[in-house]
Amino acid sequence: MTLKLGVPSKGRLMEQCFDWFGARGVTLRRTGSEREYAGAVEGAEGVELVLLSAGEIPRELAQGRIHLGITGTDLVRDRLADWDRQVRELVPLGFGHADLVIAVPAAWEDVSTLDDLDAVAAAFRRVHGQRLRIATKYHRLVRDHLAANGIADYQLVDSQGATEGTVKNLTAEAIADITSSGETLRANHLKVLDEAPILHSQAALFAARAADWGGEAGRAYRALAARLDLPAPPV
Amino acid sequence: MADKAAAYACAERIYAAFLAAGAAPVEADILQPAEVLLDLYGEDIRARAYVTADPLRGEMMLRPDFTVPVVQMHMAHGADPARYAYRGEVFRKQEHLTPRKSEYLQVGYEVFARDDPSAADAEVFALFAGLLAPLRLRAATGDIGILMAAVRGLRTLDSRKAALLRHVWRPQRFTRLLERFGGRAGAAPARRRLLEAGPVPLVGLRSEAEIAARLAALREDAAAPPVSAEEVAMLEDLLNLSATSPAALARLREMARALPAIGPAADRMEARLDALAARGVDVAALAFEASHGRTTLEYYDGFVFSFHAADPDLPPVASGGRYDALTAVLGQGRSIPAVGGVVRPGLVADLGGLG
Repeated sequence: MTLKLGVPSKGRLMEQCFDWFGARGVTLRRTGSEREYAGAVEGAEGVELVLLSAGEIPRELAQGRIHLGITGTDLVRDRLADWDRQVRELVPLGFGHADLVIAVPAAWEDVSTLDDLDAVAAAFRRVHGQRLRIATKYHRLVRDHLAANGIADYQLVDSQGATEGTVKNLTAEAIADITSSGETLRANHLKVLDEAPILHSQAALFAARAADWGGEAGRAYRALAARLDLPAPPV
Repeated sequence: MADKAAAYACAERIYAAFLAAGAAPVEADILQPAEVLLDLYGEDIRARAYVTADPLRGEMMLRPDFTVPVVQMHMAHGADPARYAYRGEVFRKQEHLTPRKSEYLQVGYEVFARDDPSAADAEVFALFAGLLAPLRLRAATGDIGILMAAVRGLRTLDSRKAALLRHVWRPQRFTRLLERFGGRAGAAPARRRLLEAGPVPLVGLRSEAEIAARLAALREDAAAPPVSAEEVAMLEDLLNLSATSPAALARLREMARALPAIGPAADRMEARLDALAARGVDVAALAFEASHGRTTLEYYDGFVFSFHAADPDLPPVASGGRYDALTAVLGQGRSIPAVGGVVRPGLVADLGGLG
């Protein structure tokens, strides 16, 4: 079996992945038409490029259907229970930096910490008869973080995109989302809590513990590892 | 590890004992509406219960316990006093690789009675202790009502007491609040910068009035003196209290001289010990920890107990307690004092059964 390398299939993240490998003498490129998700690898024997949605890469790694995959540390930690038993983070790639933060309306001048958020959640429930809603797509990370800090009387509502707009649209009171510059938050009249982010995320190369690392795939990995300065046994 | 058949056989035997003690048999659906459990336990329950989607009824959970459906059933059409017994699987999702089971049997016994709570507490504990005696388990007891009474008796703002009471079951946050209210943790720098924020449009459901009300509450809190060092120390003493029941009671009596609010709770503990002794429980050796039961999923607000095997990695073989407030939450205006507990027959079978 060839060594399968999963890379995000589009956008800036894909280009940065290609650049990272290119700078180390391994050329990744898309083949076929612009719309066809097919790729090629030059400069590394026995490696097959698999183009995937970044959000699906954690699952494919967990299943062992790809050997290596590039995705955000946020997605791996959120999508996979006990993530480090399922994958191994081989190397952080130094791009795709973003912080997972909690943001509330900027006009909430009484709120700047998690303590405040907890107190507001209690009052909100008394006044409105429902738990304070936090819109996010990072359910596990946010829930674990709030549980570790003993926050009560909130509920997570799922938002897979345009999360910053949920407060204005009255479908949430606060959000937990990835931000790099905070501009979208400010444009939507939100502010980040004055706390350390839930997670500093960046793109990283992961190895699947469930993948078959014997035979051709194992040989291909050893050659690649020597070239990219990766840990010798992948998992 | 005992197989399922052995666990079932054990469950039937315990269930029969509960029926023989006067309980009426009850059943509960495996699929429970998620909303009720989420409103009660908060979002944390999502990490511990299996959530599934019903096309018409919305989010459902595989029952994580029987207490909620049994209380709901009693509040809907039960007459009191009442005793119920049930047995069946409960489901607990495990987010980490662990030998803990995600599906196991529970057999439970619940008492709903308005008169003589001490007698009801003693009845449940003595029933469990008698039944489990062949396993020579270690019993632990506590009383969350004492801690709650101590908080209510603090000489400080009602808003601070309410905040502490809300977090009785979250020890870490409770400690943090106590440090803040005791003036030991200064206001965060962020808090002092609050008033510097410029005007920005308000978005969302939370209104100007709600923000103003909280700002007023923050100002009131900032102006109020901290909870006294003596009271903070006393609460910490209480939280760390761990002794045999008679020694713990004597210590509580001492504490009550400075914190009279815990007097009635100590009276209730004494009445319970008498009732336990009358049922043949060796109260002189019975362990008591004031913090026992603060980290469980349940909603206990009075007497709590558990029975443990020698292996500290095993979950409790049985546990239970008083949950008066839960009946008020689920009773839509009505409430009734209630106490109960569950046994895990799978663990009983693993430990060699009841002989």
